[in-house]
Amino acid sequence: MITRTRLAAGACALLAALTAGIAFPAGATAGEPTGEDAPKVNLVLDVSGSMRTRDIDGGTRMAAAKQAFNEVLDATPEEVRLGIRTLGADYPGDDRETGCKDTAQLYPVGPLDRTEAKTAVATLAPTGWTPIGPALLQAADDLDGGDGSKRIVLISDGEDTCAPLDPCEVAREIAAKGIGLTIDTLGLVPNAKMRQQLSCIAEATGGTYTSVEHTDELTDKVNQLVDRAADPVVTPVATEGADACAEAPTLKSGLYTDREEFGRQRWYRVDVEPGQELRASVSVGADRAVNPSYGVLLRAVTVHGREIVRGEAAGNGRTDVLSTGLRYPKAESDEEDAPAETVCLQVTNSFSVAAGVKTTPGLPVELTVDVVDGPSDAGDVASFGLGRGWWLLGALILAGFLAGLLWGWLSRWRFAVWRTN
Amino acid sequence: MRFTRVLGAAALLLGLAVSPAAADSSPSASPSDDGGAPTEAGTAFRTATEIEQGQRATANGSAGDYLYWSFPADAGQRPTVKATVRLPGTHAAETWRIDVYDGLRRRQACQYGAQSRTAAAGTSSVELACVLRTVRAWSEPWAYDPLPGTYYIRLTAVNLPTSDLGVPVSAEVRVASKDAGGAAAVDGSLAEPLVPGVAMNSGADEEDSERGAVLSAIEPDDGWSSGWWSDRWVWTGIGGVLAALAGIGGYALTRGAGRPGRVPPGV
Repeated sequence: MITRTRLAAGACALLAALTAGIAFPAGATAGEPTGEDAPKVNLVLDVSGSMRTRDIDGGTRMAAAKQAFNEVLDATPEEVRLGIRTLGADYPGDDRETGCKDTAQLYPVGPLDRTEAKTAVATLAPTGWTPIGPALLQAADDLDGGDGSKRIVLISDGEDTCAPLDPCEVAREIAAKGIGLTIDTLGLVPNAKMRQQLSCIAEATGGTYTSVEHTDELTDKVNQLVDRAADPVVTPVATEGADACAEAPTLKSGLYTDREEFGRQRWYRVDVEPGQELRASVSVGADRAVNPSYGVLLRAVTVHGREIVRGEAAGNGRTDVLSTGLRYPKAESDEEDAPAETVCLQVTNSFSVAAGVKTTPGLPVELTVDVVDGPSDAGDVASFGLGRGWWLLGALILAGFLAGLLWGWLSRWRFAVWRTN
Repeated sequence: MRFTRVLGAAALLLGLAVSPAAADSSPSASPSDDGGAPTEAGTAFRTATEIEQGQRATANGSAGDYLYWSFPADAGQRPTVKATVRLPGTHAAETWRIDVYDGLRRRQACQYGAQSRTAAAGTSSVELACVLRTVRAWSEPWAYDPLPGTYYIRLTAVNLPTSDLGVPVSAEVRVASKDAGGAAAVDGSLAEPLVPGVAMNSGADEEDSERGAVLSAIEPDDGWSSGWWSDRWVWTGIGGVLAALAGIGGYALTRGAGRPGRVPPGV
């Protein structure tokens, strides 16, 4: 029985694959990696004066960072394009303005020459300020170009010393600008303020924050992050939803990103042929400190404004994203060449922020659209109207027995009638 | 007549013996060894690590990370997600939580299990569990019923003091399911399981698949069930046979020995 099921499943899958292949030629799908898709990683290392402090495994923070970098450079996968940027490495003076511009590319993002990179790291000596914001901006520029995943790993031992440029907002702007850029932060022997700032930077881009107290923790974490960058991931396609369905962009199956400001709505259009099923899911990311209660609503609406189906989600407390989805199977049509229906997708959110938190750029929105073949329909609650269980057997036996009795009596009666005649 | 009776009794016995066995023999997730179990977790829906049911997946992360895994669940299964978080020696009280989402990223309710739990200061681990509803082969588009496809697990600390942000933790998740068999079999099935990106995957050629960059390439060990098989066929079939036998029995009772065999012709 199982074999048969599997066979049938295989045949179905083959058929589905064939039909889907005809319906969506490979070129029309979005989100496939193309050409220059090597993952890029930029390690941003704080070389400020405080890195001289001897509190990691008995050595200086700088020594720990150097040792970790050497091990990471040895373990970096072949396909990863790795670069190193420093902050506070060159200017030892007290002039704030100069000190806050002090960031330099130590090793350019590209194919890795391990020896050369190690030599460059060896020359570093703790020197100046901690201009995290400007360093992140430059680091993002270093990673420009290519379609692969991009990751910045920021290793710092102090909070930013170059206010008022808030590195958190810088990170958010970088994320809004580029696609698929993640910033992971590592704090060396952190204090409370630093933890907050570094985790704020990480959360702004969907990255992670880690506190490091020992050299091996640092090595393991950076290695883990570089490996994570090497994992192939579908890169979303940037799109821009409209304020109304009429002007909305038409989307095909794929993965899309967009930004949605607080209290605003985004519209997209999807064409669904009769006999196809639309599947859409949306995730709205909370990339800054939001108020504890929030919600997301995704509606599928006809062009005339009638709601077909909706997906809603609400939550409270700490979260990275809030997501919901919907499914809309469009029934087969009796007419030949029935036109595709345009379904409008509306995304709204009820996130809010405390006064004083910047509301631009908007929250990151990730939208998955799948138009698959074959809507599903059902005529009965039970599988093919079949039954199961002892009550069913009892009922059938009773019915059969009564039918048998009746038939027996009938036949006896008929025989008796026949005999008397 | 006697032959019929013996045959009937034999069939009845056979039917009774077979039916419960057949009812429970539908395929279920067999626990596999942990040799190839993933040791990393994703950090978003897009990067969720794919695990199989029965695997013990582990991951190292930092307190405050959002860890994601995904697993396949097929019709008739009732998945149970269990997670253990190992915390460092010293920490303040913190609350951990697992959330399960379906292939459309809709949050799925847990029937029971400690979905969220607060680890008191200094405890070394916290255990979480979530028992989902039984996955149905089909449901109306307006319903939030669990459907066959990809399921996402998100593990995170929801209440974390700043002093514990970024502290290394390790997590372990395991998904096992109980097979509901035909009791949960409904009419209808989805044309495609709720696997994100399924429209893109089937459009891509074989040569593209080796790049591995798909939203979800998840599939149960023995493929997705086609939806037409359920043990209801066995039950109903046996019911039919038993009804026929009972009918013969009833007929035999009332008809008596039947028309005498020695009735001379022409009477």
